[in-house]
Amino acid sequence: MTPLDAAAIEMKNITKTFGTTVANDKVCLDVRRGEILSLLGENGSGKTTLMNMLSGIYFPDDGEIFVDGEAVVIRSPADAYRLGIGMIHQHFKLVDVLTAAENVVLGMEGRGKLNRRAITARIQEICDRYGFVVDPAQKVYDMSVSQKQTLEIVKVLYRGADILILDEPTAVLTPQETEKLFSVIKNMRNDGKAVIIITHKLHEVMEVSDRVAVLRKGVYVGTVETKDTSPKELTEMMMGRAVTLNIDRPEPKNPRTRLEVRHLSVRSRENVLVLDDVNFEARTGEILGIAGISGCGQKELLEAIAGLQVTEKGSSILYYGDDGTPEELVGKKPLDISRMGVALSFVPEDRLGMGLVGSMDLADNMMLKTYRTSGRLFADRRPSARLAKKVVEELEVATPDISTPVRRLSGGNVQKILVGREISADPTVLMSAYAVRGLDINTSYTIYHLLNEQKEKGVAVIYVGEELDVLLELCDRILVLCSGKVNAIVDARTATREEVGFLMTYLQTEKKGGAET
Amino acid sequence: MSTVHHSHGVPLIRIVKRTSLSRPHAWAIRVLAVILALVVCALLIYALTNLNPIRVYNSMFQGAFGTGKRTWVTLRDSMTLLCIAVGLAPAFKMRFWNIGAEGQVLVGGLVTAALMLYIGASFPTWLLLVLMFVCSAAAGAVWGLVPAVFKARWNTNETLFTLMMNYIAIQLTSYFVARWEHPFGSNTVGIIPRDGSKAGWLPNLLSEGFNKDFGWNIIIVLVITAAVFAYLKYSKHGYEIAVVGESENTARYAGISVGKVYMRTMLLSGAICGIAGFIAVSGASHTISVSTAGGRGFTAIIVAWLAKFNTFTMIIISLLLVFLEKGAIQIASEFNLNDYASQVITGIILFFIIGSEFFINYRLVFRGKGGHRA
Amino acid sequence: MSSLISLIQAAIVFGTVILFGSTGEILTEKSGNLNLGVPGIMYIGGIAGLATAFFYESHAAVPHGIVGLLLSLIVSFAAACVAGLIYSFLTITLRANQNVTGLTLSIFGSGVANLFGGSLNNMAGGVGQISVAVTSRAYRAYFPALAGLGPVGKIVFQYGFMVYLAIIVAIFITWFINRSRVGLNLRAVGESPATADAASINVTKYKYLATCLGAGISGLGGLYYTMDYIKGTWATDGTIEKLGWLAVALVIFASWKAVRGIWGAYLFGLLFWAYFYISGLTRASSELFKMLPYLVTIVVLIVVSLRKRRENQPPASLGLSYFREDR
Repeated sequence: MTPLDAAAIEMKNITKTFGTTVANDKVCLDVRRGEILSLLGENGSGKTTLMNMLSGIYFPDDGEIFVDGEAVVIRSPADAYRLGIGMIHQHFKLVDVLTAAENVVLGMEGRGKLNRRAITARIQEICDRYGFVVDPAQKVYDMSVSQKQTLEIVKVLYRGADILILDEPTAVLTPQETEKLFSVIKNMRNDGKAVIIITHKLHEVMEVSDRVAVLRKGVYVGTVETKDTSPKELTEMMMGRAVTLNIDRPEPKNPRTRLEVRHLSVRSRENVLVLDDVNFEARTGEILGIAGISGCGQKELLEAIAGLQVTEKGSSILYYGDDGTPEELVGKKPLDISRMGVALSFVPEDRLGMGLVGSMDLADNMMLKTYRTSGRLFADRRPSARLAKKVVEELEVATPDISTPVRRLSGGNVQKILVGREISADPTVLMSAYAVRGLDINTSYTIYHLLNEQKEKGVAVIYVGEELDVLLELCDRILVLCSGKVNAIVDARTATREEVGFLMTYLQTEKKGGAET
Repeated sequence: MSTVHHSHGVPLIRIVKRTSLSRPHAWAIRVLAVILALVVCALLIYALTNLNPIRVYNSMFQGAFGTGKRTWVTLRDSMTLLCIAVGLAPAFKMRFWNIGAEGQVLVGGLVTAALMLYIGASFPTWLLLVLMFVCSAAAGAVWGLVPAVFKARWNTNETLFTLMMNYIAIQLTSYFVARWEHPFGSNTVGIIPRDGSKAGWLPNLLSEGFNKDFGWNIIIVLVITAAVFAYLKYSKHGYEIAVVGESENTARYAGISVGKVYMRTMLLSGAICGIAGFIAVSGASHTISVSTAGGRGFTAIIVAWLAKFNTFTMIIISLLLVFLEKGAIQIASEFNLNDYASQVITGIILFFIIGSEFFINYRLVFRGKGGHRA
Repeated sequence: MSSLISLIQAAIVFGTVILFGSTGEILTEKSGNLNLGVPGIMYIGGIAGLATAFFYESHAAVPHGIVGLLLSLIVSFAAACVAGLIYSFLTITLRANQNVTGLTLSIFGSGVANLFGGSLNNMAGGVGQISVAVTSRAYRAYFPALAGLGPVGKIVFQYGFMVYLAIIVAIFITWFINRSRVGLNLRAVGESPATADAASINVTKYKYLATCLGAGISGLGGLYYTMDYIKGTWATDGTIEKLGWLAVALVIFASWKAVRGIWGAYLFGLLFWAYFYISGLTRASSELFKMLPYLVTIVVLIVVSLRKRRENQPPASLGLSYFREDR
């Protein structure tokens, strides 16, 4: 390391707003050559946005960027490459049917024949230098996730990048693959390159980085030397002080087991275990919170219960009816499961991807799961129109009328409609994911109130949330997922912010999943 | 992503998706497109014939509606086109690219002709008509179902499959035309049935007056149009079609079997196209040939798409296109061009309408105006 | 023996029309554009070439075959490119639906070609009376010495130059798509425009160029049919349209590989004419035999979807317009 040199990159007072949201507020950051910097922060703390301004995807509203001490303007990925900055995105930018070598040279200057031999030699040279294994002739669709990631790194190095940004590189990797990745990253550091890793896994931060920069809600908290810090301190920097929200939390009334999940495992299409031996139970009259970093298996968990996910052998989800007799849900069709009273209101990132039909009006969306039971050949639209009116009134949905396509409504209103519909079906289990994402305070409280109402009616509520403070004040118990495993189930009344935050990011390897408190 | 960057970082013209556009506004854009297209056609006609375009459009009108007979032919042909477009509507609403209407119409017509030829004399008229209606629908349904089965099971590309099915229908028709040739060596089937009995012809609505040529075609097609409108808008099946067309994921979430909906809908779509074949043979040409569908199966795709699956809108578009066709044929014969002029005019008008959709769905934002959006 | 030779010759002649059509369409589809306007484009290519030759021969004092040939070839290619440009403008810039636009182009192209073809016939004094004899002869010229080498000579050498041009173009396009840098970028555009965009490839430019040049190549099929096969006349019997749709089918049959399209095209030609040479067929049953190319295409389509081999799949973004802000 040569700490006396000017920083490879220095960002000063970078501000970026999207509409009214401030994604980055006067953020400062620097990284030196021969150093691995971790960029740490919760979901939505602005890490990726900040890095996208280095890689030329976004353009900052305000602030300055220096590369090797010189002020620069980065307007496109091409500009970034010219400055030696290469970013490996979370969603790989590779063409499936092309070979590794073809992907590497894609879009680069030059005409005429592809000189495969020269390209292969260059790739080999890069691989040898850092310890990658890449077969230049292999097609991308034949590659595993980690191979694709390796290829992305090689692609960036091939284009001459000496400042590398990796956006949550370990999210899709197995522990062994992660080990391998860290060793090549260290090789690159030792070769004098500057490396920035975006992550929210504390143990990885501790293992691989030299310094850690922390962002919280778009604001720069500070940078610390890894050797001088601890996971506990980092959690505090990341989570900040607790905020009191004063959400009502009625005491559960005679809770009874409603759902019992045993040994639930789900494999993604990339053949990675996204849920690994998950065990827990959901009780009537109780809100079970699910906490976790985004993409650590929440979606798959809810979908598995709703019958929308293929589960691994040995998985079992038992549903206890009112008379206490268990029934196996694994293997049942989604429709049958929802008829048994299991409701899923999932708000995906694009909101309309599943659950609502964007081009249909409110009334028609109300009958998405019930249209079969009304009328014969023709669907009776009167009940759904009544329901739509009721939801609009009770949840104060802002819409011109109930014949407006839901696509035209704002996100908060779309969520109210979705939750309103699911609740109207009188469920026995209500699963809700990210129900308050993007909602203003008042609307959020409306949703909390709705969930509490259900809880008091004896419904088993499962609430997947992002904000720790909300989880701690709304839920009765909190299940903490970490990389697809149940890290712990804690009592929300006694648990602290730091404790849950730590559990979300630091996998308790010695502890088996499913340990109840 | 890497936007076209100018010195200010914002491109000169940006294209932004419209969230909504009022219906009158959207129609104003479409009407404007048709008018522009007519102006272009007028210029073209002027270039070819040196004739006053106003006079030309007048003779077009004469060609389409000049006499009771001509009015009937125009209506008749628009009804056939409309019937096919209405048949395609459920498939397209489901985002299933049924390019195979041409073939579905042909097999429907083929079955109709076969019934007229072989049992026309021995059955009472009403029973014969019912039989022809049902059998043509069944034939078209089979033609529609085959690609749907493969799409449902193996996700086989339906655009190209249905396209190929057209040619199989065409060759099948050629085969029977050769079998049924009359008179010998003409390579046509001639008017059927041969005995001049008109058995199996769709009867006329009225016997007197300007409208005496008008047949039952109009009633049948309008009933189907209304029925499909109701089916798509109010029935459970129509609801499922809309969900599948919007997102297969949501359909699965709602417990809809996507494959089943594909097959059921294509059965219906093919059946209505088959009925269009019945109407074309029994209610119009009274013969069968490879041009019984006459490319209408393709034109109807455009009609259905432009009408955004609204079957009542299809009435207007079908009438417009057939009016242009008949009118252009009239100009062609008056001014010594050939009938293909109608295809050119149709093509130009369609290009303009297709292009106008862009201005309905998107708007252009010039630098310095309009709000910024990330 | 002689009937076999003439079957093969007929197959190669029709195969050549189809081959031009499909090679052009492959180039187009590699950019993600499914252009169903191939029949219309081939019509336009045919009529533009014929009209050029016609006006050249009726205006030149002493028409020269080679000049007529070059003029009609260039104009034909350019006219077909313009047809591709209409399609490109509507689908790429105005983001219109590709299927609807392609079908409209087919209607339009067939209308334009037959309208002018009919007029040319009239100007020349009746059906089939257009005389572009000099130019057509140039198109049909071959080396008698080579063609005289027995049956092999007849099968291999007794054609006008465009038969060989079609093969050369198909081979060149294959090389271009698979081996050149620009071709690599083109494939990326057709597979994943967003990825290509991120790799600073100009998606719009690639789509426009591939579609227009592809249309130009497809148009040559119509030119060959008009100037060589029907000897510089105009017929409104719809054969070009049939061959145009076969060209679209051949793209699937060849699984988007132009070289595979060469033998595929000849096979299609063979299937097209097979009925003519099978003894014992009545006029009716020969019509059933003409189904063969379409049936074979359907089978190929099903097999491709069953086997799901990645190499044989259509370009991933085929049929979709690309709008950067959509993501």
